[in-house]
Amino acid sequence: MEIKVLGPGCANCRKMEELVKLAVKELGMDAEVEKITDIGQIAMYGILSTPGLIVNGRIRHSGKPLPTLDKVKELIRGEA
Amino acid sequence: MLKAFAHYLVYDLFGMAQGSRLSGALEFFIYDTIKIFLLLSVIIFVVSIIRSYFPPERTKRILSHKREFIGNILAALLGIVTPFCSCSAVPLFIGFVEAGVPLGVTFSFLISSPMVNEVAVVLLWGLFGWKIALIYMGTGLLVAIIAGMIIGKLKLEKWVEEYVYTIKTTGAAADLARQAFKDRMVYARENTIDILKKVWAYVIVAIGIGGFIHGYVPEDFLVLYAGPQNPFGVPVAVALGVPLYSNAAGVIPIVYALMEKGMSMGTVLAFMMAVTALSLPEMIILRKVLKIKLLAVFVGIMTVTIIGVGYLFNAIL
Repeated sequence: MEIKVLGPGCANCRKMEELVKLAVKELGMDAEVEKITDIGQIAMYGILSTPGLIVNGRIRHSGKPLPTLDKVKELIRGEA
Repeated sequence: MLKAFAHYLVYDLFGMAQGSRLSGALEFFIYDTIKIFLLLSVIIFVVSIIRSYFPPERTKRILSHKREFIGNILAALLGIVTPFCSCSAVPLFIGFVEAGVPLGVTFSFLISSPMVNEVAVVLLWGLFGWKIALIYMGTGLLVAIIAGMIIGKLKLEKWVEEYVYTIKTTGAAADLARQAFKDRMVYARENTIDILKKVWAYVIVAIGIGGFIHGYVPEDFLVLYAGPQNPFGVPVAVALGVPLYSNAAGVIPIVYALMEKGMSMGTVLAFMMAVTALSLPEMIILRKVLKIKLLAVFVGIMTVTIIGVGYLFNAIL
């Protein structure tokens, strides 16, 4: 399973990363959370507003406000 | 009903004497505060629901390969409802260009989005009435459409950083998960709380300033310097507003003070537009995708257009 959090490093992007890591931990999944901060790469993934969440190559969330922890779990599980 | 409630609080609950300057100011303050926060909550919530139907991905698809003019109008309108913050300006810009949205149309969107939004409109409505709010919205859209069209006509694609054109997005990551209506309500609630948290202090300051300078600074203090009779009022206000940076809520206290003290309507609106639409942080972010020449042209066109709008309204209002 491949999870990516995309954001150039704003406060919300860091919060998003923590949220996703927490969700993965609570779900007891064995998955690496990768953080992508390069703006060109973020654009390449088709993210238009940050922070973005990509699970197995599909955009599951982009922009503000951030999803809740439960919602993040749903977004991750939906692809599992 | 709100008026009666403010009256009850001040005179019955606090037991203040009727007719004093302080109790009058307090009554006005309480009434205005409740009114504006009610307006803000309801309208931001409604706009957020509409907003959830127009994520940037969808806006991009709508604007892709649109003809100029129609494209500029659509982009300016979509700028109102599409959520966007300047921190995402770069990926958004690249995404738009890559999807074949014309450069001028992209600019119409980038201009309208921070300048014309529900917070600005509600605050102007609450403090100055719905006519001023509509005028601001209309002229904001006009500025975004005109400036975008001029940039499109000038064919400045060569002044976009080359690497932007080489980026190809991966088609796999195409669509966001579909949202149920319940999710949209949750999103709208979160968004409303988010925005209120960000703006409440400014709003209170604005209402407070309104009450305070109403009583203590002479009414026509600014008329001499910035009234409709002074031909330099508009350019000076815009020149001051360009380097200043704030969101719509932050500039509202200043706008309120200026207007109360006799600065003419067109000059005030031009000042507010210059503050919200042009900012140094956004320029620095956009510099990653635009060459310095294009940035300069952008700032120049915006300045001239906003000054024009200021004169227009000083002449007809």
